[in-house]
Amino acid sequence: MEFLETFTLILDSAVRLSVPLLLACLAGLYSERSGVFDIGLEGKMLGAAFAAGAVAYITSSAWLGLFAAIAVSVALALVHGYASITQRGNQIVSGVAINFVAAGLTALLGQAWFSMGGKTPQLPNSARFNPIELPFAESLRDVPILGQLYSELLSGHSLLVYAAVAAVALTWWILYRTRFGLRLRAVGENPGAVDTAGISVIALRYQAVIITGILCGIAGSYLSIAQSAGFSKDMTAGKGFIALAALIFAKWKPINALGACFLFGFLDAVAIRAQGAVLPVIGEVPVQFMQALPYILTVVLLAGFIGKAIPPKAGGVAYTKER
Amino acid sequence: MLRQFFGAAALATMMVAVPSLAAEIKPAVVYDLGGKNDQSFNQSAYSGAEKYKQDNGTAYKDFELQNDTQREQAMRRFAKKGHNPIVVIGFSQAEALKKVAPEFPDTKFVIIDMVVDLPNVRSVVFKEHEGSYLVGLLAAKAAKSEKVGFVGGMDIPLIRAFACGYKQGAKAANANVEIFENMTGTTGAAWNDPVKGGELAKSQIDRGADVVYHAAGGTGAGVLQAAADAGKLGIGVDSNQNGIHSGKILTSMVKRVDVAVYKAFKDLSEDKWSSGINVLGLAEDGVAWADDEHNKALISDDMRTAVEQATKDIIAGKIMVHDYRADNTCPY
Repeated sequence: MEFLETFTLILDSAVRLSVPLLLACLAGLYSERSGVFDIGLEGKMLGAAFAAGAVAYITSSAWLGLFAAIAVSVALALVHGYASITQRGNQIVSGVAINFVAAGLTALLGQAWFSMGGKTPQLPNSARFNPIELPFAESLRDVPILGQLYSELLSGHSLLVYAAVAAVALTWWILYRTRFGLRLRAVGENPGAVDTAGISVIALRYQAVIITGILCGIAGSYLSIAQSAGFSKDMTAGKGFIALAALIFAKWKPINALGACFLFGFLDAVAIRAQGAVLPVIGEVPVQFMQALPYILTVVLLAGFIGKAIPPKAGGVAYTKER
Repeated sequence: MLRQFFGAAALATMMVAVPSLAAEIKPAVVYDLGGKNDQSFNQSAYSGAEKYKQDNGTAYKDFELQNDTQREQAMRRFAKKGHNPIVVIGFSQAEALKKVAPEFPDTKFVIIDMVVDLPNVRSVVFKEHEGSYLVGLLAAKAAKSEKVGFVGGMDIPLIRAFACGYKQGAKAANANVEIFENMTGTTGAAWNDPVKGGELAKSQIDRGADVVYHAAGGTGAGVLQAAADAGKLGIGVDSNQNGIHSGKILTSMVKRVDVAVYKAFKDLSEDKWSSGINVLGLAEDGVAWADDEHNKALISDDMRTAVEQATKDIIAGKIMVHDYRADNTCPY
């Protein structure tokens, strides 16, 4: 019973930790499936987190914060789109530039507007996405196992967490069951064929990049106005890059992405929980080791277990129409 | 004859003038990575410097680091421009200070939280373990679940000393109390990661902790937020953080960095400067537990009596609070 409870709590924490990864990972999936590599996920999330924190504070509305975050993130995505689709620039360079711009601008604007060292002021609960209790969660809490799982694990997360899970299903449906999805997959593999069929490669890629922006916007908002109460400098802390690793890990497939991101979140949660734990024989496990564990396991899993991850064939290459 | 007279008169005027008009100083402060608005350690230094400015009208320069490589550069630039004294905040400045201080033997330096043994450096260290003992005592008395938590910033002996004093205090109040201890990380980034801090606090609260104490600089904002969100109590650190979530913060372990900064400015301007090690504990008012209108309702009479008694006993030497830094172990 004790074990089950501990396990449920770790899973609960894993859900909270994996949501920003999952949203960013899905964001990357749209972009990369269309043939546009995007290492600017981190920067878009950071920009979005800042916009969400700042606007939610000024307007006292979490929803306006979310919309502002999406707007900023889409704007950054369009810059990336313009550089790499229209101008056929190097997609990696453009992504790196976005990361730098976001890291610098958020700190600078934050300092200029709020003079709190690049932070945004603390938000009241009314301006955040608060945990939602699912119906009957309280009354089912005492039911062994299932009730506990329901009330601890499924209930009590913010709206954005449920949105992230819904986004996985939606992405799967869009990618494999709609005309748009088919074209999106095709344009990342063989843009020439898509063009021959009379469909605009440019328009498709822009659509994909905009969806990336929207999802990164939600991911950033989750960090600053759901998980915590305000933006702080560099708060994404490399999550955008971990999401990219998860995307490769998931072989650019939405359901796998859910699994990969949850695994990263789970390892993180275990690392938090196992810190300072005393194991038989070894004694107390050093903090450093527990914190490195998720990354060590990632390397091991990537190297040995998932097999070959083949990226979309046209990824990273700007499309030039034959003349 | 006449010239001599004037010379003596001028000298006399100067001698009269010196004590009444404190010598003009050009102080400078270099904050640690958290920045001066971290509502914690650095902000305490900032408020000390601001107070001196208000009281004496002395302008000062300050610098917020963006990364580790700027430490030396910032100190050297201030010294070259003739700033004196230069107060550097945080243990991470020690290596840079060891290089810069000998280059400017006439400039006085102050380092907070670390000892640098040089003739022109004053090292101010605090007995954090004593203050942590007091808040540990309060935490254990306030926790109905008999479980309390601690979230540290970077895993270093200084923060372990906070944790150890806290544990000793909690155990002294209630021998059955269970203490969860987490460190945020092992690099400087651990001082500024409120998301991780919040998650650590949530995990401790999920395990039943009723009170969570943080010694984590900017990361602590997430810890206090998580505790307030869950309807539990947080304990602040360094500055008085009771007002951040009024009524949801049990108390704060106040480290009077502001007093240390103020005193450094004052001593130099009044020509009372002394280099060497200053150790500030409960007896010197260097550490304290914060007691104000925000947490009045949370501190019961019983708790107040106990903590006041403990304060007296520590000052009198009846209670010895273990300092983790002395032997790198914590017996509790």
